[in-house]
Amino acid sequence: MTTIAIDLPRNYATEENTIVSWLFTKDHKRIALLFFASITFFFFIGGFAATMIRLHLATPGGLLQPSVYNRMFTVHGVMMVWFFLIPSIPNTFGNFFLPMMIGAHDLAFPRVNLLSWYVFNLSGLVLLYALVMGGIDTGWTFYPPYSTQYASGYVFAAALAVFINGFSSIMTSLNFVVTTHRLRAPGMTWLRLPLFVWAMYSVSIVMLTATPVLAMDMFLLCVERFIGVGMFDPSRGGDPILWQHMFWFYSHPAVYIMILPAMGVVSELISCYARRPIFGYLGMVMALMAIAIISFFVWAHHMFVAGISIYSAVVFSLLSFFVAVPSAIKVFNWTVSLHKGSIVFDAPMLYALGFVLLFTIGGLTGLIVATLAVDVHVHDTYFVIAHFHYIMVGGTVSAFFGGLHYWWPKMTGRFYPESWARFAATLTFVGFNLTFFPQFILGYLGMPRRYYTYVPAWESWNLLSSAGASILAVAYALPLFYLGWSLLYGRRAGPNPWGATGLEWTTPSPPPTHNWELTPTVKLGPYSYNPEDGSYITQDGVKHAYV
Amino acid sequence: MPMSSRTISPEIQYADLSQQGDTAQLGMWVFITTETLFFGTLIFTYYIYRILYSHEFDVAARDAVLWCGSANIGILITSSLTMVLAINAAADGRRRAMIWWLIATAALGMCFLGIKGYEYNLDYNDKVVPVANFEMKPGEAPAGELFWVFYWVGTGLHAIHLTIGVGLVLYMLLWRIRRGEITPDYYAPLEVVGLYWSFVDTVWLFLFPSIYLVGRS
Amino acid sequence: MDQYHWVPFWPRTAALNAVVVNNLYIAELGLCGLIIAMVVGMMMTFCVRYRQGSTVSRADRVKKTWHWEITWTTATLVAFLVLFCWGASIYIWLFKTPPGDIEIYVVAKQWMWKFQHPGGQREIDTLHVPVDKTIRLVMASQDVIHSFFVPAFRVKRDVVSGTYETIWFKATKTGTYQIECSQFCGVQHATMKGYVVVMTPADYAAWLTSHGIRESLALQGEALFRQYGCSGCHGANSTVHAPTLVGLYGSIVHLQNGGAVRADERYIHDKILMPNEQIPAGYPSNVMPSFAGQISEDNILKLVAYIQSIGSQEFSR
Ligand code: HEA
Ligand code: HEA
Ligand code: HEC
Ligand code: CUA
Ligand SMILES: [Cu+2]
Repeated sequence: MTTIAIDLPRNYATEENTIVSWLFTKDHKRIALLFFASITFFFFIGGFAATMIRLHLATPGGLLQPSVYNRMFTVHGVMMVWFFLIPSIPNTFGNFFLPMMIGAHDLAFPRVNLLSWYVFNLSGLVLLYALVMGGIDTGWTFYPPYSTQYASGYVFAAALAVFINGFSSIMTSLNFVVTTHRLRAPGMTWLRLPLFVWAMYSVSIVMLTATPVLAMDMFLLCVERFIGVGMFDPSRGGDPILWQHMFWFYSHPAVYIMILPAMGVVSELISCYARRPIFGYLGMVMALMAIAIISFFVWAHHMFVAGISIYSAVVFSLLSFFVAVPSAIKVFNWTVSLHKGSIVFDAPMLYALGFVLLFTIGGLTGLIVATLAVDVHVHDTYFVIAHFHYIMVGGTVSAFFGGLHYWWPKMTGRFYPESWARFAATLTFVGFNLTFFPQFILGYLGMPRRYYTYVPAWESWNLLSSAGASILAVAYALPLFYLGWSLLYGRRAGPNPWGATGLEWTTPSPPPTHNWELTPTVKLGPYSYNPEDGSYITQDGVKHAYV
Repeated sequence: MPMSSRTISPEIQYADLSQQGDTAQLGMWVFITTETLFFGTLIFTYYIYRILYSHEFDVAARDAVLWCGSANIGILITSSLTMVLAINAAADGRRRAMIWWLIATAALGMCFLGIKGYEYNLDYNDKVVPVANFEMKPGEAPAGELFWVFYWVGTGLHAIHLTIGVGLVLYMLLWRIRRGEITPDYYAPLEVVGLYWSFVDTVWLFLFPSIYLVGRS
Repeated sequence: MDQYHWVPFWPRTAALNAVVVNNLYIAELGLCGLIIAMVVGMMMTFCVRYRQGSTVSRADRVKKTWHWEITWTTATLVAFLVLFCWGASIYIWLFKTPPGDIEIYVVAKQWMWKFQHPGGQREIDTLHVPVDKTIRLVMASQDVIHSFFVPAFRVKRDVVSGTYETIWFKATKTGTYQIECSQFCGVQHATMKGYVVVMTPADYAAWLTSHGIRESLALQGEALFRQYGCSGCHGANSTVHAPTLVGLYGSIVHLQNGGAVRADERYIHDKILMPNEQIPAGYPSNVMPSFAGQISEDNILKLVAYIQSIGSQEFSR
């Protein structure tokens, strides 16, 4: 196959060049880039807070005022969860590639899609307002009665921001579900969908089901905080534990909202760079759906010492073990997908391999905290912090970067510099482990989270963690520079630089505004790679040799 | 292509109008699912407290104005009927009938809001507005106020939804229909509004007994 | 002071519970290590063996069967379920609070721990207890949610506003151990610390007498019982149709709505603050007034101690 790397004059990005054309675009690809800009901004604010946290904790005394420290981890948690990680993969890669992967010309409701971006930024502005005016110090969990009665600061604005943010989640996921149901190209049956699409579909279902509960929860919190009724205030008949139930009923599924998309991305990457069909496609699909469903029945594992009944604790612990089964299937299938492949270690693959390892560690420590007696000890300590950073940072953020590099040539038409990218991927892995592994130890030693000061005996582990964080910061800042550089000077990429099979690779890079002149016809399932010579068949049935 | 006062062509991402209409309906159904969960959470927490403080809630609920709630349920059910009639008329191409049924629907919706406003006024005089002028009546302490929090949050959110519904009906009347965009071949927008309207109606079918009837006997 | 274990990554182990949890934790680490070694081992092998350019044959790839997934998943799951049962049984043992040898009342507030011994001794941020005795803590919060955590004992329990939570431990080694507050409770959350001083019984007895000049909690409670007018209704010669509280503590109360509850600290606490929530069968509702906002958590604890004391009198009769 010969690919002529011509820069098509008319692609989605250059079609029109005015600011207005970007702000009022209905094109899913442009909206994806708008989201990309927004979440990058919020990631750096959250990352700035993380930097302050680690700087402060490098010594037991610290350098910030206690009240400032408390604001830092709250901002960090809220920003990272709702304004970066939840929208990260779905709203950027999902928006860009879900329609292309199913052979559609756009999402079902382009205007709703654009509105979602505006609502997202509005919620971000409200949160920034809360920060600028003095911040909040409740932690991302907003537990009453502290948040409603005792906390100073702009809890109302922050909760409102999260409430508004929920609309954006709902709009985007609604769009994804409807699009997947109704706009698949001819021949694109359910079992021919790439796993990334399945991941988007399952995550959208979780978002649609969980977010309204959080919305009502935040709404009641706002009402209580704003006009001072006693919904969660024990002295006026309310029940603070009820808040925790409602919050975790959302927030546990929310953690799977953060991991399912990453699983989708990694499945694409591993199959492509191992040049081999993914092992156990059907199992992978069922695992995604199973995680989505079971995720709704484990929430009280965050409340084992909060005074819930012993028996419900036992049940929730057991269910938490069951949620590991589909995850186990996934880890296993990714690993076996390497068997008899023809593995290329490009940067996206390095990120993907890092993902599998770090997710496994994070997941297994998830089982440790799901074990009742051990959780009594490690609950609300750095052990939990390490557990979830392993999954969310080591897992999802790695997958995000992996996906970013993988799809970069498609989105921009340019290659990123490979050796820099490999260097950044390796640095991420090293820095990450250095930052968060010591936190497991600190946790079992008994260092509670949200502590601005600690006993000197814990100093060396904290110092190590802070040192790691600075490496991590460099590793995350690097892509900003070399990807920016590649926009101008990067080698031009043809339509399918990696020799991948998905429909998105059958368009020119960057794709034209409505993706295809004619709706493509799908002849095959995804991942028709042949490891013996690297050749592959794209989903429209065309066979290519590997270059 | 349907021949009508105006030719409507599907948006770029759809193959034809019927696909576009189906998709719009599916979208509304999914949206309604999320709304159900939103209100469902409220009603669920309400019942948790209702069971915990059944006595206090019963006492407090006696002050809710039963006739307003009952009149309103009648009005809303009727309005769902007129909405369906409007959609039928649209399907049959009876344009005038469609317009009149829609006007009736919007009017009934506003009627509901009017009665609700009057009821809020009665409530205010009865001193049952939490925080603003709440007076704990004998037998209500300490949780009676919670009942009223649920009352205001529940009916308030419902009223906002209904206002949006009325707005949508007016948008149909004053914009989409006037511009001839609703035809017997393509009236999916109207059906979508109808779905939303019935949903808002259904919410009241749950709120009404929960607030006005439970424990009243 | 000698706060930490001599191994820099292992906390001290100083209670019955801590030993059990350690064993479980080590077993889990072992299993996790095994699984990770397996995953990494496979990944590394494949990555090296099947790197692009290596000439190994790629023919005869494993055909997709369910055997692989099912075998591997069930094996690990079964191993983990064993650990789950192990963990759950410890948890049940820990949270089904046995009657303590010594019962101590704890009030948490921003940002201190107040302890009240049965003999009336009070202390702040330091708790003296004898070794090898079951200590039961009955905990209340005056403001927000706190969490009582002693790493060396591996026990933790949230102290939730508006209700009582209990926890117990049995220290096995004398020494001083840190108490942490592990639920975020405001600006000084990180400094809401204290110490448990575990003493030999003799030292403990000496400590008690040197601090035991005050009247006992129950006696203070009896005074409050009169002061707040409880005795007017619940006293021996009251005319109000109210239940006698003698012998109430620990008994099963049948409720008007058909249910039954054990009259423990939490029940009595709730009765004082929200009397109409649970009405004993045969008594009128709406007679007993709510004392919410009028009695501090400290004083409620004293009332509870008093009611408890007249309960045990009944038992001894
Ligand atoms: C993306 C985010 C994410 C994900 C995917 C998970 C996944 C899991 N989490 Fe985690 N968790 C969080 C984010 C996440 N968590 C966050 C943010 C918190 C803290 C919130 C706060 O308090 O602020 C938290 C807290 C948390 C707690 C509460 C701890 C405490 O506060 O005391 C618990 C307890 O059960 C738990 C359990 C689990 C389990 C069992 C899984 C499982 O899904 C993991 C499954 C994966 C595996 C098990 C690995 C792969 C499997 C194998 C290699 C095969 C072998 C295994 C078997 C077959 C058994 N998590
Ligand atoms: C969801 C995603 C997410 C992500 C990506 C991260 C990323 C990081 N987190 Fe996160 N963290 C949470 C979610 C996340 N965290 C949550 C939910 C909590 C709980 C909050 C709570 O208790 O309420 C938490 C809490 C938390 C704590 C505990 C605070 C406490 O309890 O007292 C710590 C401490 O080390 C920490 C550290 C870090 C570090 C070092 C990173 C690093 O990976 C971040 C690296 C990124 C950067 C550093 C930005 C890179 C760019 C630059 C460096 C450019 C230069 C920028 C400037 C400094 C100007 N986090
Ligand atoms: C005006 C009368 C009155 C006063 C004052 C009063 N009570 Fe009561 N109390 C009652 C009545 C009547 C009941 C039974 C009905 C009920 O449970 O509400 C009762 C029930 C109880 C019970 C539950 C007994 C059982 O058998 O289950 C406890 C415990 C209790 N009171 C404690 C107190 C305490 C402590 C005080 C003071 C701080 C107090 N009461 C003050 C009238 C009173
Ligand atoms: Cu008390 Cu934290
Ligand atoms: Cu969870």
